Amino acid sequence: MSAEKPTAARRRDWLNRFGPFLGLLFVSAVFASLRWETFTSWVNIEIMLMNTTVVAIAAFGMTLIIISGGIDLSVGSTIALCTVVVALLLNAGWGPLGAALGGTGVAALAGLVIGLLVTRVKLTPFIVTLGMMGILRGAAKGLADQKMVRTEKTWLNDLLALSSESGQVLPIGVWLTLGAGLMTAGVLRYTRFGRHVYAIGSNVDTARLCGVRVATNRVVIYVLGAAFAGLAGVLQFSYIGSGDPTGANGMELDVIAAVVIGGGSLSGGEGTVLGSLIGALIMTVVDNGCTKLGLPDWVQDIVTGGIIVLAVTLDRLRHRRGR
Amino acid sequence: MSETRSSARLEMRGIAKRFGPTIALAGVDLQVHAGEVLALIGENGAGKSTLMKVLSGAHRPDQGRMTVDGRPYHPRDPLDGREAGIAMIYQELALAPHLSIAENVLLGREPRRKGVVTRRVLHDAASRSLDEVGLGELDPATAVGRLSIAEQQLVEIARALASDCRILVLDEPTSSLTQQDIERLFALIERLKERGRAIVYISHFLEEVARIGDRYTVLRDGSAVGSGRVSEVGHDELVALMVGRNVEELYPRSERHPGEGLLTLEGLGSAQGLSSASLELRRGEVLGIAGLIGAGRTTLLRTIFGLAPVRSGTIRVGAYSGPAAPRRRWKQGLGMVSENRQAEGLATSQSIADNLTLSNLDPLGPGPLVIPARRDRSAQRWIEALRIKCRGPEQRVVELSGGNQQKVALGRLLHHDVDVWLLDEPTRGIDVGSKAEIFQLIDRLTTGTGPEDSTRKAVLMVSSYLPELLGVCDRIAVMTRGRLRPPRPVNELDEHSILLAATGASEGEEASG
Repeated sequence: MSAEKPTAARRRDWLNRFGPFLGLLFVSAVFASLRWETFTSWVNIEIMLMNTTVVAIAAFGMTLIIISGGIDLSVGSTIALCTVVVALLLNAGWGPLGAALGGTGVAALAGLVIGLLVTRVKLTPFIVTLGMMGILRGAAKGLADQKMVRTEKTWLNDLLALSSESGQVLPIGVWLTLGAGLMTAGVLRYTRFGRHVYAIGSNVDTARLCGVRVATNRVVIYVLGAAFAGLAGVLQFSYIGSGDPTGANGMELDVIAAVVIGGGSLSGGEGTVLGSLIGALIMTVVDNGCTKLGLPDWVQDIVTGGIIVLAVTLDRLRHRRGR
Repeated sequence: MSETRSSARLEMRGIAKRFGPTIALAGVDLQVHAGEVLALIGENGAGKSTLMKVLSGAHRPDQGRMTVDGRPYHPRDPLDGREAGIAMIYQELALAPHLSIAENVLLGREPRRKGVVTRRVLHDAASRSLDEVGLGELDPATAVGRLSIAEQQLVEIARALASDCRILVLDEPTSSLTQQDIERLFALIERLKERGRAIVYISHFLEEVARIGDRYTVLRDGSAVGSGRVSEVGHDELVALMVGRNVEELYPRSERHPGEGLLTLEGLGSAQGLSSASLELRRGEVLGIAGLIGAGRTTLLRTIFGLAPVRSGTIRVGAYSGPAAPRRRWKQGLGMVSENRQAEGLATSQSIADNLTLSNLDPLGPGPLVIPARRDRSAQRWIEALRIKCRGPEQRVVELSGGNQQKVALGRLLHHDVDVWLLDEPTRGIDVGSKAEIFQLIDRLTTGTGPEDSTRKAVLMVSSYLPELLGVCDRIAVMTRGRLRPPRPVNELDEHSILLAATGASEGEEASG
């Protein structure tokens, strides 16, 4: 095959694929060199993985949504609502599995509403999900009567138990996250639905011209995205051990940030599950590392914000060269 | 002004410009004198637009130099170009539709009295140039969005005159005008000429060039391949210069034997400017649709393909009848290539393989699965059949040249193996080489010797470029204001009769309505 500038192009592909990973290595190396003992201990690594699960699972759903050119600002509220629903169902006598599925189902239903409003009423996702953010948060508070919903301990609470307590190699929640990630990545790469998600996000008119069922696909995407948020809610419930209607506040921004740091483009057509996972890990590592260094909260905020801007800037530069 | 005719108002020397792998301009020389019209002609993609963007300051040339009235001219951006007295009137007009005529004419250079822009001062200042273009009788407070396209174009020219432009560039100014408006425009150009302005007139209508041009320069594939006085050159000579090969070679035409009807329209109408269209497209033929921009040609194709709603009439595709969404149309054996590659035709940030296979992922894996290796193998086949220059199926479409992008858009129809090809401006903005290959493909499709090497196809093709339609099609139907005239065999038609049909009918309608 004739090649104009194969090396430059290959370097770019390489950067696209491994850029976020290099970023993760870099921040890890910085903190590891500063606080070798505490930062690199097995327990700390386990804690970091654990702390990543909620954002990471929600980010897998958000990856689908963002690749398709959409956005979901209601994820934080969905997670909170889900923890409340799970807690209430447990208290109503449901089994742990039923309660978890119930919570995820309610989240998926919220996604269905978003999808229908976006495709049938043709509202912009930003506005719809901004509204849903308030509605779902309100619903969570109402259902929980503005209080934490306490429950009896079940195996749901052990999903994110440390290995020293449970005897597992890693908490079950971490395995669950990896499994969900693998599945999503597989769907995106190896199914017709996955290719349609990329096509819709890259150019919705092309997708329409090629006979892709744009509206149906978008509804499915929002339902899946919200279901992932529900699953994240189940893990959140496991982590805090009760239904918290005011929890996960602003988490939607962490989730979106994870996708963007991982190479997702808010104009659609780009993003990978692996990238989003790495994006979520980068944020946890920074969080954890700053705490280990004893840096105050506000420094962490600035560092995390800076990384988001840096990631998007690098992405922009990469694209400019590509054109 | 007391300039001698010999010293050029504008001189461009050795202008070269590349975009990535594409050489857009390969050292072009061009001269325009005060008081003359230079006709800049060439096929789509020959480099006319790029050259004019260099002139306006929108692109910086890689090599070459320019002088305006003997002074060196190095624009850094379009603002520099405007200050040097260069005004561009593009096909897509650049007016603010909500602002008034006067505000548009003086946009960015509003006259102020004591720091305040008053309406009266504005109107006084605008009226002179409005008079000059023949819009003196219009109220300068009218919002521009309410004017006709022709009037808007004149407002743009008035804006150029108000900024005291020395060089006026008109890019395909007649492509959406009626015959009457064209006459008005030509009269204006004559007046501007007499007042010593230099005009660059871009067109591929050679009859217009013969009427309005004083000198011509022909561009082909980024080089100036000929120039001289319009009065000393013949029509065929210009065509040969533009195409760079003889006409039979560019437009191959095997013997075609149209078979059964594949697509039948009866009184098809749509809300978006299509009032009535009837035709029968037969297997093994190329049917062309001619007409002005905005006549409803694109809407016709979009209505057939389910991208625009059917308001009246019927569509029959083989055994199926009635309207259908694009998804169904593909299944019925129809495929469409959009007139706008970037905005609709291709998902340019995705790979060649993804774009080629998007409409038909079924054969690429069992059930809902798509196996990347199989997709790439499929894509590789079309890349080779269409000779798409690329690094491989995984390369992103955005990195390809226009011609290769268009081949990807066409390749999608091969991959889907459709019987009816709906092509909207299939050669817009691509180089002559790719163009020739696409015409060859179309010819092979009709005789059943295409890369798919199976049945004969039927092609319905919209084009604004008449020589192309005349060269490729078996029959041509002319569209005016949403009405499709009955198709006529191509040997009964020529450029003149088609143009007359395309513009003349609209005048008749105006008179009757």
